[in-house]
Amino acid sequence: MALFSKQNKEVFTNPLNVDHPILGQVLGICSALAVTSQLKPAIVMGLAVTVITAFSNVIISIIRNTIPNRIRIVVQLVVVAALVTIVSQILKAFAYDVSVQLSVYVGLIITNCILMGRLEAFAMMNKPWPSFLDGVGNGLGYAMILVIVGAVRELLGRGSLLGFQIIPDACYDMGYVNNGMMTMPAMALILVGCVIWIHRAYFYKEK
Amino acid sequence: MEHAISLLFRSIFVDNMIFAFFLGMCSYLAVSKTVKTSMGLGLAVTFVLTVTVPVNYLLQTQVLGPDCLVEGVDLSYLSFILFIAVIAGMVQLVEMTVEKYSPSLYAALGIFLPLIAVNCAIMGASLFMQQRILMDPSNSQAITSVWDAIVYGFGSGIGWTLAIVALGAIREKMQYSDVPRPLQGLGIVFITVGLMAMAMMCFSGLNI
Repeated sequence: MALFSKQNKEVFTNPLNVDHPILGQVLGICSALAVTSQLKPAIVMGLAVTVITAFSNVIISIIRNTIPNRIRIVVQLVVVAALVTIVSQILKAFAYDVSVQLSVYVGLIITNCILMGRLEAFAMMNKPWPSFLDGVGNGLGYAMILVIVGAVRELLGRGSLLGFQIIPDACYDMGYVNNGMMTMPAMALILVGCVIWIHRAYFYKEK
Repeated sequence: MEHAISLLFRSIFVDNMIFAFFLGMCSYLAVSKTVKTSMGLGLAVTFVLTVTVPVNYLLQTQVLGPDCLVEGVDLSYLSFILFIAVIAGMVQLVEMTVEKYSPSLYAALGIFLPLIAVNCAIMGASLFMQQRILMDPSNSQAITSVWDAIVYGFGSGIGWTLAIVALGAIREKMQYSDVPRPLQGLGIVFITVGLMAMAMMCFSGLNI
């Protein structure tokens, strides 16, 4: 079995375009909106979700034949909760300021629908390696939206990216003003709405 | 008493689960197609919140907090696993009750009833409660007793219900609107929720 056969490649790339977890399947929106007011927490959150999705997919896929069908949701939740606890402790140890910024949203990765959705729809029926690729693909698709929305909001709302000022002082002298609306929660919803609009206009043109 | 009332109003309007924290968005967007199902899910969420927040409060203060079980041991890193277990158990109970007494609602809610277990609003309320235990009691957000926890859970649930019923009503009317094709469905719903969140922002300066 080749590690990157055509089928495996599709498993990895599909969630990045057509079957995008946020835009196509509408999963995991809660945290996507809440952590995107700046770029840095958005990147950290995207990475955390990618790692957790990938590894919970692998673990569930390894033990999938021994899980009794009736209690599978509870088993999945416990696996995910254990992984999230580990990630949250690591964040507290090595990136304390970001973990304070993310506050409860690290814990809320447990209830992120992308995780449960992928476990239920993919890992329960597939071997560990494709499950790993599927997890990474979905995590990256999620991270992509976080980074896009985070970058737009930080650039327009604060005039900076990752904390560095991008818009030169000369512009402010000429009367440019940061759009304070962008740092408000409401704009995150409207931005995601526009991203969905572009995505659908692009991928559903043929239909 | 005064503290409880201000906590209730804060959790319904100012700290609204949907508009201020975006919690419970997945089922919020998926189930809000009609007012009737929105109402049903809203009530189920309110019930689960009202029960799980105080239970988790007791768990946190009596079992997990520093020096509770064993002197010098802080177990609060276990809170994620224990909270989610309480919530999953509670949701199972609600599911069985709804199936027995209202089969039509059970059919309408479908997969989203068991999925309340992974509704971020429920878990989020417990995690916010955990943060607020340590707050100064004079702060109107502080949760210092099990009564406060009940009030907070109930208020958050009502706030969530209000939000989903409002969106359900708007979406019922929106079916007659002429929306650009690629924006139809999800896109326009997002933008609508954004506009609703902007309207709800007027409460954020409110000092209760």
